[in-house]
Amino acid sequence: MKRGRPVVRLLILVLILAVVLYPLVWMIGTSFKSREEIATNIGLLPEVFTPGNFRDGWTNFDVSFGRFFLNSAMVALLTVLGNAVSCLLAAYAFARLRFRLRKVWFALMIGTLLLPGHVLIIPQYVLFKQLGWVGGDWPYLPLLVPQFLATEAFFVFLMVQFMRGIPYELDEAAKIDGASPYTVFRHVIVPLSRPALVTTAIFSFIWTWNDFFRQLVFLSDLQDYTVPVALTLFIDSTSESAVGPMFAMSLLSLVPVFLFFVAFQRLLVEGINTSGLKG
Amino acid sequence: MAVSTLPVAPATPADPGPADRRGRGGPRRRENVAGYVFLSPWLLGLLGITAIPMLLSLYLSFTNYDALTSLSEVEWVGFANYERMFTEDPSYWHAVRVTLTFALVAVPLKLAAALGVALLLNRAFRGVGLFRGLFYLPSLLGGSVALAIVWVNMFNRDGAFNSFLALFGVEGAPWVNDPQWALETLMALAIWQFGAPMVIFLAGLKQIPTELYEAASVDGAGVWRQFRNVTLPMLSPVIFFNLVLETINGFQGFTAAFVLSNGTGGPVDSTLMYTLNLYIKGFTELQMGYASALAWVFLVAIAVITVVLFSTGRFWVHYADGEQR
Repeated sequence: MKRGRPVVRLLILVLILAVVLYPLVWMIGTSFKSREEIATNIGLLPEVFTPGNFRDGWTNFDVSFGRFFLNSAMVALLTVLGNAVSCLLAAYAFARLRFRLRKVWFALMIGTLLLPGHVLIIPQYVLFKQLGWVGGDWPYLPLLVPQFLATEAFFVFLMVQFMRGIPYELDEAAKIDGASPYTVFRHVIVPLSRPALVTTAIFSFIWTWNDFFRQLVFLSDLQDYTVPVALTLFIDSTSESAVGPMFAMSLLSLVPVFLFFVAFQRLLVEGINTSGLKG
Repeated sequence: MAVSTLPVAPATPADPGPADRRGRGGPRRRENVAGYVFLSPWLLGLLGITAIPMLLSLYLSFTNYDALTSLSEVEWVGFANYERMFTEDPSYWHAVRVTLTFALVAVPLKLAAALGVALLLNRAFRGVGLFRGLFYLPSLLGGSVALAIVWVNMFNRDGAFNSFLALFGVEGAPWVNDPQWALETLMALAIWQFGAPMVIFLAGLKQIPTELYEAASVDGAGVWRQFRNVTLPMLSPVIFFNLVLETINGFQGFTAAFVLSNGTGGPVDSTLMYTLNLYIKGFTELQMGYASALAWVFLVAIAVITVVLFSTGRFWVHYADGEQR
């Protein structure tokens, strides 16, 4: 549709963008306001930028926020590893190998794609508790074990779709040279699947970093908390003085996601959302 | 195989090429074994993380399990949990109403915003990539606890939104603490994240052949007629895809409702989303038998809604290749 005057179009877009970005800018501004300014200055930006909120927020609880960030980073990075490995293995089987009941398993995988996580959380909790995983020696087992078992069907599906695009002649050529399915996987599929692996890694990191529900359910000791769970502690302390530190820590918690956004903007915007479009 | 294949995930995997016809089952058998070797982590997950918990959940929904007594001592209560849900527990129907309201209002508005901005962006001009990226940013950040916290504070009595209204001499409500408006602020947060469906719309718009617009324009169709008779039908598979995705997501909203109400669903249960109610019953009140029943009804409801969406889709989703799905 070639229509509309460019200036009008641009003006509307800038207006919408201002509304969209306002909460983010306001968040940054408030994080740098002093306690007095938060109460008095309702403007977007502080008159005096002070880093005090970051210092106060970092040590606001008995456990430092540094610990929460480390916990979150560990959970997110291990999730990335688990998803990348286990989903790639499953995807290779679905996309390239012939085995009995393949279609049945694939249909089940598609079925789990639509399964809401909230439905499974109670029985998983009960099961993991029976196994001694909940609040156990290493309380992250309930969060991480599923990630190493390719339960994130979305990534399996994404990789299957991607592998369809790898020419089958490559597998054939390798097979004629006597390569086993394992060799084909190692020397043909893994190297060529790098783009799908990168997409999976980035999105598993961001989703896990932002995830709240599972971490809320499975983590019970303050020192094991991840950043999102720790942030909710601020809500309990409703006093005015907590607003600044709460905003500062909230802002800090979004920095990793924002850095990913800056570094991989094109991939993020076009990668995953449209991956289903390319049949 | 472009956009037209979008809404329905293929029921069969990609064909892995011609079957191996060498030997009497030698290489083929080897491939059969290899298939199961590669699939084993996933199979284990399907069994241990998905299938067994689902069955356990179904069993628990007929018991009074409370997480404190051991599993072997649970009492079978028949359909009591389901009866309680449908006939005795007012919070259940309340949660259903809140969730339906949220999904029915927020999802269409979010999709409308996404489509509107996508139409504005569907044109080559300097900086279009930057706009697209920045509009997408809220979709990356918006689901987090951090942003929910900011959002709630923005709609406080003395938050940024009210000071904005004050510029026009309007006195705002204490939005997040007002049972009349609390859910609306959550809807606004959902709509604010229109970037993800917008990106999908943009990809869909790019697939519409320009000849169709040229032909329509030769026939004297104005901008509105072109939108109504070319863009909408051509885009309908993508609209449908977004609708299904966003509806299912909308029903599962949890984080923002939890943050706004500090895990209670308040004020006056106005933000008691279904999943939050499930969390409260299961993990705050430890009525895990009852919460399992809630979970199973939720699962069935989501399945029914998906089926309904797909069956209505037949009447308005237009596939370019003329296939009926």
